[in-house]
Amino acid sequence: MMTDTAVTPGGTSTPAKRRWHPARFGPLVVLAVLIALPYWSIEIPGVFDTAINKPGTLQLLALCLVFGALATGYDLLFGRTGLLSFGHALYFAAGVYGTDVLITKAGYPLWQAVLFAVVGTATIAAALGAVALRTNGIAFAMVTLAFAQVGAITIGRDPGGVTGGEEGLPMDTAKVPDALVGVTNTVNLYWLAVGVAVITVLVVHAIADAPAGRVLAAIRDDERRVGVLGLDPYRYKLFAFTVAGGLAGLAGAMYALLIGGATPHVAVSDQTLTLLVMVVLGGPGTRWGPLIGGMLFTYLDYRLVSFGRSDAVDSLPGVLSGPLSQPLFVLGTVFILAVYFFPGGLAGLRTRLGPLARWIPDRR
Amino acid sequence: MSTVVLLTLTGLGLAALYFLVASGLALVFGLADVLNFAHGLFLSVGAYGTWWASGNLPGAGASGWGFVLAVIFGVVCGTVVAALVELVLIRPLYSRTIEQVLVTVGLSLAGVALLQASWGADPRTYPRPQWTQELTEVAGARVPNDRFLLIGAAVIVLAGLLAFLKFTRIGLVIRAGVEDRSMVTALGIDVRRAFTLVFAIGGAAAALAGALGGVYAGSISPTGGSSLLIFGFIVVVIGGMGSVVGAAYAAVAVGLLQQFVNYTSPGLGDICVVALLAIVLLIRPQGITGKVATS
Amino acid sequence: MTAILDISDLSVKVGGSHILQGVTFSVQPQGVTALLGRNGVGKTTTLKAVLGLMPRAAEITGRVGYAGASITRQPTFRLVRQGLGYVPEDRGVFAGLTVAENLRLAERAGSTPDYDTVHGLFPELRKRARQRAGTLSGGQQQMLAIGRVLLNPNRLLLIDEPTKGLAPKVVTEVAAALEAVAAVVPMLLVEQNLAVVRRMARHAVVIANGRVAYTGGASDLLDYTEKTKALLGVGKGEH
Ligand SMILES: Nc1ncnc2c1ncn2[C@@H]1O[C@H](COP(=O)(O)OP(=O)(O)OP(=O)(O)O)[C@@H](O)[C@H]1O
Ligand SMILES: [Mg+2]
Repeated sequence: MMTDTAVTPGGTSTPAKRRWHPARFGPLVVLAVLIALPYWSIEIPGVFDTAINKPGTLQLLALCLVFGALATGYDLLFGRTGLLSFGHALYFAAGVYGTDVLITKAGYPLWQAVLFAVVGTATIAAALGAVALRTNGIAFAMVTLAFAQVGAITIGRDPGGVTGGEEGLPMDTAKVPDALVGVTNTVNLYWLAVGVAVITVLVVHAIADAPAGRVLAAIRDDERRVGVLGLDPYRYKLFAFTVAGGLAGLAGAMYALLIGGATPHVAVSDQTLTLLVMVVLGGPGTRWGPLIGGMLFTYLDYRLVSFGRSDAVDSLPGVLSGPLSQPLFVLGTVFILAVYFFPGGLAGLRTRLGPLARWIPDRR
Repeated sequence: MSTVVLLTLTGLGLAALYFLVASGLALVFGLADVLNFAHGLFLSVGAYGTWWASGNLPGAGASGWGFVLAVIFGVVCGTVVAALVELVLIRPLYSRTIEQVLVTVGLSLAGVALLQASWGADPRTYPRPQWTQELTEVAGARVPNDRFLLIGAAVIVLAGLLAFLKFTRIGLVIRAGVEDRSMVTALGIDVRRAFTLVFAIGGAAAALAGALGGVYAGSISPTGGSSLLIFGFIVVVIGGMGSVVGAAYAAVAVGLLQQFVNYTSPGLGDICVVALLAIVLLIRPQGITGKVATS
Repeated sequence: MTAILDISDLSVKVGGSHILQGVTFSVQPQGVTALLGRNGVGKTTTLKAVLGLMPRAAEITGRVGYAGASITRQPTFRLVRQGLGYVPEDRGVFAGLTVAENLRLAERAGSTPDYDTVHGLFPELRKRARQRAGTLSGGQQQMLAIGRVLLNPNRLLLIDEPTKGLAPKVVTEVAAALEAVAAVVPMLLVEQNLAVVRRMARHAVVIANGRVAYTGGASDLLDYTEKTKALLGVGKGEH
């Protein structure tokens, strides 16, 4: 793996080179573009249906950002700690329903509801993680999956009429600030989603760059050696699990606002599976891979629906047009191919595309 | 009393479904270390195969021997799909466990979408032979016959699997491989050949679960496999990850617990099952039996 | 005399630690070659690397020749079928299977299993055929592990610490059996018990710090207590 700091024979890195590396500024430029996007009214035919600053497109972009953030938080477990959790949908759903229920049923103001939902989600993650992390590897995967299933069942059963069962629970917009309600205010939700993505990325990168992040990476590479060093892997894993849970709760809160409520499908196990697909497509354990993977997946998932309804697909024979109209069929297939041919995900492509590599930030 | 009998037999029927799903999962996991998310797909293939055959296959139908033929067709479909999945997708990634799991995840997503594309997302009415809907009186309780069908099928599969593992050469290789795969290769045995067989067996059992589960539920849908799969996973973990007999015990425990608790309070049974899983893991991280195929 | 096994420049790296760094030696087609070294020096790793049994994560470089042909990257089962018998450290018997099943597992299509030899060397295995291998004593498990390999014709045996953790009387028993086997089949033997090495081995290879530190006659090494001490630490099992 290449590093973005040149290492001299003496073993010290050369800061001069680091300062001018485009990777340092690239993210800031992208962020500036994302913030400024609503002020542009360009049309990109074939990519977006409407001009970029129209509510429909902003809504899609915001959704992409939410799932990019969710995937980034999930990668703290999968790519950076090596924990294969199949239950992350639970914490996302806890954020979605927590926020929605606190606003709609308990009448909390938005900010309080979000705060409680995020803290509550992190608490649930800590409690369930404390049990699940007593197991390892595949057993851990199954246990997290089982816990998430309880969440999905509970939401579906509508205990005390709180979750709305199969129907879901539309958010009572009367208690949400006016600036965040209505189609005309989609742009504000979009900016909020940018904020959620930024917070998530900052938290994950801060942890990855901190000493704790190196311990997590060591756990991923060889857990026994961490134990030999006198550190308790369990506590570090629980920390990662709790933080990832809290971040999923935050993404969930944003999702609830964006969609204007909650629907039970956010809790189903396929939700976690798609998260895994996002991270693997983007590049697990890389700085930006999960964010890009999550955004791209969401975009394609949405666009492939209209692609599937397009004339081009309809005119194909039935054997082809049927499957192609199912986004998950296309994405699942792409995913399988990616596992075979691009094990490092999108972020791993750079090693294959030599000269372009400099422009994509480094794997940590 | 009659309620208890009815609940017990219904719980055992459910346990039978869980066992059919879990036995294959346990063997695949025990031997090949693959957590197979595509297992739910094999189940759906069995269900849709049977459903399709009962309407379209000459000689097959919705009742009597025609239905048996339809089920056989569904099971064959599930078996073939499972064997193909192993040969084409799993085998090239031999011993790369995480990649194998990822591939089965992709497969489960794509497979369900493919079923949806072919037959729609909505549930389809499933053929239920008349006999399965009739009631039999047991100790004062009137029990639908499909319960007995499920229990009988699971018992036959369990006995067949155990005999296969105990008395055949390849069964011996599988039992040894579940214990220590690399030692089997160090005796000059190509253990990968057993993988395909184990996938095929698991696929057949799952397809049977799909075919009979349709009779029990009355309808099938593309996503129907995934919720059964989750309980299958739970049964595998409680049963000791790789043990067929452990899976059978665990299936009975899970099925009965779920049925009885759900009777007193709907939905609570499912949650109790997960609580049981958590308790078992806290007490014995290895599950109730060790990693030995037939213990 | 051409060597039966030829290891050259074998390096093994696992998770950042270089276990072997260019090990080169060969095994003669007659008699016992002892592979010696302190605990954790990489003796087991050498055998596993030859057989292709190291975990995927291990980076392995170098060449291994067996009976004149390169066997680098061949799957384990194929090597074993070519007559490379392996008795692992800690025996590797299948605890859940019976003694008879453990033996039956080793039977191969196309060759008649030589139960006469096995039962002749270890009569205990016949008596305990229906016992589960997990309930055997350590010595009996070792006999089972060796017996399993002797069912088939071998051109070279790789045996890893066959006397580890056994009572002195059992050590003698196992060593006697191995001596009888070694009269027929060449052997690469990892062994900590230097009395056993002295009795059986003709040649010796010592690994230290990831490299070969000594090759030559076994008695040449063991006769010089100082050399032995320097290379192997305290001479365990020496009287
Ligand atoms: N899979 C592995 N991962 C990490 N380290 C390993 C692995 N296998 C072996 N090692 C390390 O490699 C070194 C050599 O191990 P090996 O078992 O080959 O030693 P040995 O010479 O056989 O020791 P002993 O005499 O105790 O049997 C040890 O330090 C061990 O910890
Ligand atoms: Mg050793």
